[in-house]
Amino acid sequence: MTRLLRAIAVPAALLLAGEIAMRAAGSSSDALAPPSDVAAALAALLADGEMLRASAETLASALGGLAIGGGVGLLAGLLFGAVPAAARLFAIVVEGIRPIPAVALIPLALILFGFGFRLEIAIVAFAAIWPMLVFTQAAVAAVDTQLLDVARVLRLPLAARLARIVVPFALPRIFVAFRLAFGVALIVAVTVEIAVNPLGLGYGMTMAQQTLRPADMLAYLVWIGVLGFLLNVLLLVVQRTVFGRFLPRGARP
Amino acid sequence: MSARRWAWRAGSVLVCIALVLAWQAVADARLVSPVFLPPPDKVWRALQRGMASGVLLQKLGGTVLRMIEGWAVASLLGVGLGTLVGASHTARAWLGPTLEFLRPLPASAIIPVAIALFGLSDAMVLGVIGFGALWPMLLATVHGFAAVEPRLYEVSRALGLSRAAVVWKVALPSALPDILAGARLGLTVALVLAGVCEMLAGRDGLGQWILLSARSFRAPDLYAGVVLFGVLGYASALLIGAVERRALRWRG
Repeated sequence: MTRLLRAIAVPAALLLAGEIAMRAAGSSSDALAPPSDVAAALAALLADGEMLRASAETLASALGGLAIGGGVGLLAGLLFGAVPAAARLFAIVVEGIRPIPAVALIPLALILFGFGFRLEIAIVAFAAIWPMLVFTQAAVAAVDTQLLDVARVLRLPLAARLARIVVPFALPRIFVAFRLAFGVALIVAVTVEIAVNPLGLGYGMTMAQQTLRPADMLAYLVWIGVLGFLLNVLLLVVQRTVFGRFLPRGARP
Repeated sequence: MSARRWAWRAGSVLVCIALVLAWQAVADARLVSPVFLPPPDKVWRALQRGMASGVLLQKLGGTVLRMIEGWAVASLLGVGLGTLVGASHTARAWLGPTLEFLRPLPASAIIPVAIALFGLSDAMVLGVIGFGALWPMLLATVHGFAAVEPRLYEVSRALGLSRAAVVWKVALPSALPDILAGARLGLTVALVLAGVCEMLAGRDGLGQWILLSARSFRAPDLYAGVVLFGVLGYASALLIGAVERRALRWRG
């Protein structure tokens, strides 16, 4: 109880100070709004469904990109982890492409797909490949060599080795990779929306700014924060309840 | 062993060359419209032309400067604030949960707020990059301080070190690996935000260059810009890696 109180004391004090300062200043601003107005705007946006529609658009793009990019990263990570020769041969290609910031591909994706979901999904997919690839590769490479020796003695084909030994062993860590990739996907989706794409939460926020509705703008900001936080907590809970026993201490961020 | 490593490296280079040649073949055969996929030789020429005329070089310089400026501000603030919060157990207990709550917030979400506050100006760009790159550094510093071996604190107490001395001589060096990991992430964030801000605010830089190239369908110029973004990301990772190796040599 005291821990909870301590946790919310500072933000509550800051919000109160902001409220008093804004009310005392009196004049209306294009950039800031009293916290009570922001709370009211958030409630209104949630009530009329606008916020939920925007959230659905952002989440759909993030999940779509995650499915494609995460899938590519997963397959490449499995391959590179199981066959070190492939990892070594593709090292320079991966090292060359990976440092490109996903947002640098926005203009290219824009002329390829135009505005809309496909643009956003493509950018998110590119960004989601790398965390998935790196962590899956490490997870597969960490598979107990004795288990693989047994598989070799039993002459299991590669597919069976992957399905019966590697994937079950690496699955908990791959879930950690998925959680991190999901965070990246959400961030990139919002970024693409703020930069160019007329969709979702980022666009809602940009529109509120451009039409000088600071309370709405800040309400979007707060909601984006809450949504990201809650989804992360949800995935952490899943990770702990489903895979907690199987994760070594070091792999439990 | 080393000879074998070089052999793999050479093989890796060959794979890379093969892929570029395949790209060239696909583009030359017009399997994909050159508007979307220009052949690599044209991209290379666009890169050379842009560098020789100084236009692309100037854009690159603008982005590098913006990124470094914002990152430097963020580093100073992040390590400074992180030290203040991390060095005191009380501050950690009171502020820690708030910082954890803000961690997953996308840094780009602050852009509309910054535009409302500062307009489409350089101050806005600096504010966004500084704010965005601040978090990884701040959180890493706080985490680094929290993870200091407790016995080191006991020893310093036994030696009668002042609080400042403990921070400077024990806690900061011990938190250095975390801080450098935060600096690495911060640099990546700075590059991303510099690119986005240049696109949005039309500041002179690579972000603006690739957006304008795309709008006028100059695909080789667009690809040249994307390549430079990649080079910039790679170079900054190398730089931080070198700093890490030097600064952490004492840990063996």
